[in-house]
Amino acid sequence: MERKIVSRVRLYLHYVSINVRSAMQYKTSFFLTTFGQFMVSFQVFLGIYFMFLRFKSVKDFTYSEVLLCFSVMLLEFSLAEMFGRGFDSFSGMIRSGSFDQVLTRPRGEILQVLGSKFELTRIGRMIQAVIMFAYGITHCNVDWTVLKVLTILLMIVCGTAVFAGLFIIYAALCFFTLDGLEFMNIFTDGARETGKYPLGVYGKKLLLFTTVVIPYALVQYYPLLYVWGRTDKVWYAFMPLLALWFPLPCLVLWRFGVHHYKSSGS
Amino acid sequence: MITMQDVCKSYKVAKRNAGFGEACKALFRREYETIHALRNVSFTINDGEMVGYIGPNGAGKSSTIKILSGILTPDSGTVLVDGRVPYKDRIRHVAQIGVVFGQRSQLWWDVPVIDSFELLKDVYSIPQKQYDNNLEELTSLLNLSELLRTPARQLSLGQRMRCEIAGSLLHSPKILFLDEPTIGLDAVSKLAVRDFIKKQNELHGTTVILTTHDMQDIEALSKRIILIGKGEILLDGTPEDLKKGGQSIDETVAELYRAYDI
Repeated sequence: MERKIVSRVRLYLHYVSINVRSAMQYKTSFFLTTFGQFMVSFQVFLGIYFMFLRFKSVKDFTYSEVLLCFSVMLLEFSLAEMFGRGFDSFSGMIRSGSFDQVLTRPRGEILQVLGSKFELTRIGRMIQAVIMFAYGITHCNVDWTVLKVLTILLMIVCGTAVFAGLFIIYAALCFFTLDGLEFMNIFTDGARETGKYPLGVYGKKLLLFTTVVIPYALVQYYPLLYVWGRTDKVWYAFMPLLALWFPLPCLVLWRFGVHHYKSSGS
Repeated sequence: MITMQDVCKSYKVAKRNAGFGEACKALFRREYETIHALRNVSFTINDGEMVGYIGPNGAGKSSTIKILSGILTPDSGTVLVDGRVPYKDRIRHVAQIGVVFGQRSQLWWDVPVIDSFELLKDVYSIPQKQYDNNLEELTSLLNLSELLRTPARQLSLGQRMRCEIAGSLLHSPKILFLDEPTIGLDAVSKLAVRDFIKKQNELHGTTVILTTHDMQDIEALSKRIILIGKGEILLDGTPEDLKKGGQSIDETVAELYRAYDI
């Protein structure tokens, strides 16, 4: 068992390395895309910045609090895109027939699809997120404790898992439609956009949806309430862990998709 | 040993008439047509055999290869490859076979070929010593020493195909499936590929199943031919069986296709 895991991790790192080596072949494209990724999220930041020039707060959340919120969500999204790009662009794999090749290799399908793409250019977005994050934590007067640092880490890890789950749903649906499904972007890009602000500002219905159905609020709103010191409930700090149920049904759907592919042929 | 017994496979294909209006209609209501890719296909291939699998486009060649390599699940019938059911025991099965799709590449486009091979070494968990030996042998037989350090995108089709074949043999598979390995190759590369396949079969007793439209491939390589048309096996025999009457093999096959109306 242990040897299996070591071998899988090694193989994944090998995939990452070959992806990075491929990307480095096109230096200009790499730097421009990275810069572009940075600028895209920078513009969103400007949007927030100019709004706060006019208004002092959004539902009594301050500028630095909102920045903290946005940066964590952006970091989660970029990490998921960086590692899970293979699922995000899976329709191409189905259409080009390279998924057939995946099936002729003695490794799990998920590991191979994950390894098929590693999008280093998302580092541009992550740099932007880290800068905002640094500004957010230094200006929002949080009394940092070990538990609060842990909460932020949990948010990032579990949030990445939620986004990755969405990418997997997106890929699994390709087995049936054989094509990309842009409507899924409502949930991925949409979450990134609404996630700029603490999800509590959008009213009860959306908060409920993002708590129970697609658990963004569990990795954003509730734990942040604890970090900001807006609630005494310590268990809010561990809410991100609850969100870990989400990737499970996604994986079930994926399995179902692979099964469908093998019996329908394409 | 490979056995296929009464294997059937059908696909549902969406159909519509030409035109924009029809395309809009098809968005909401689709008509499906069932295509029988394979009907009661049965054959047995022994270890170390080289079999040419021929038939016109859409006859079911690729479906057969896909079923044997664990990519597809048949609708009915039994498939056994060395005691394994390919589609049920995929991972254990594919560790023992090599597959080359002539129209697709398994090499990473932008990095030197050797980098792709190194990755395959980890994918198949090939022990270092076995990898070194195989790589050395394949390099000399397929004349790869100049190519290994070149990115795949800069190789010619013939050079790339030689690398693809080498890549599918690094893990010493017992069975090699070649789906149109000589498609689009020039004469020199074709000969090199054929020679190599023959040697591989003689040297290691690798079972080879190849699909092709090139009858010279068949003449040069296989002692056995399986002809498939409209999903059914029409002929299973030697190239001599096909060639009765002293015509060239291409003419005979064309005549057969016509005779069977496939």
